[in-house]
Amino acid sequence: MLIPAYNEADALGATLDELKAIVAGLDVVVVDDGSLDATAAVAARHGARVVRLPFNLGVGGAVRTGLRYARDRGYDRVVVFDADGQHNPASVPVLLNALDAGADMAVGSRFAVPGNFEVGVLRRHAMGLLHRIVGWSTGQQFTDTTSGLRAFGRPVIERLAVDYPVEYLADTVEVLLMVTKAGYRIAEVSTPMRPRAGGEPSSVRLWLVLNYLRLLVGILASISRRRPGSRRSKKLR
Amino acid sequence: MTRLNVLALVLGAGAIVHILRLVRLHQLRSKYALLWLSIAVLLVPLAVAPGLLDRFSDLLGIDYAPSALFLAALAFLFFVVVHFSWELSRLEAKVRALAEEIALLRAQREDSR
Repeated sequence: MLIPAYNEADALGATLDELKAIVAGLDVVVVDDGSLDATAAVAARHGARVVRLPFNLGVGGAVRTGLRYARDRGYDRVVVFDADGQHNPASVPVLLNALDAGADMAVGSRFAVPGNFEVGVLRRHAMGLLHRIVGWSTGQQFTDTTSGLRAFGRPVIERLAVDYPVEYLADTVEVLLMVTKAGYRIAEVSTPMRPRAGGEPSSVRLWLVLNYLRLLVGILASISRRRPGSRRSKKLR
Repeated sequence: MTRLNVLALVLGAGAIVHILRLVRLHQLRSKYALLWLSIAVLLVPLAVAPGLLDRFSDLLGIDYAPSALFLAALAFLFFVVVHFSWELSRLEAKVRALAEEIALLRAQREDSR
């Protein structure tokens, strides 16, 4: 279990306890993304290993750090899980089953059950656009392209530990493109969400628009990049 | 020489002196020093002999000589700024990688205790 956390001391303890109750026996690693509060202490107290970043890198940076941790220590599977309690621990076995069934990566969708996850008009349109672009460029329909709840198998861990996209939002969408382009199979499973247990939601309107625009630039760049087997991707291996 | 020529000459010379000073204090990488010095060196003759600019703009087919200067300056500054954005992105990526490395090493050290 990989849990990126930035200033989540309030919600993290309950999240960790709940996870332990449902998926006992899994190693839990909290990547403390330069938090200013007691996130690292709370994580340690609730039995998680803590990887502490010296300053805030954003979710993407925290996840990449966690993936490098998993790669270096030979983990076969990684589940990325939110610290704020929005993700339901019952989703974890669902994701892992998808990996066992042969997928290289599994994405938990908030929308597969209608009416489960409500978003504003602006965000809904932006997500609709992303849905179409990603569907077109990967040839696969994802109902939820920006879900943070995902599981990775070993080959994908090794691939993404090298150059997981670190910019906000890109870390979820671009990964779908990167992983399908590299020839791995992604499964989408239904994982209902819950309301936030604490912490601030990470979106302000204008900021969100700018971020989606920036994300589009990133996606276009990603689409136009050379296919695997080209000079650059060989260098990475 | 007009007063304007003198002013331009002083500014150009001042720029050269300032850049050389920064290099001597190890506060400016020599590649940037070379960049800015070449600009200053190009500007000094223009200050002394403004006729050069007229001939240059004639060559390019520009009627109003000062606009040739603006065009050159804009193009140059544009490339410099793009170059800086590029370099800044590279530096940020390196700093991120270092931060991650530190976090991982720190976790390793705590494990081995």
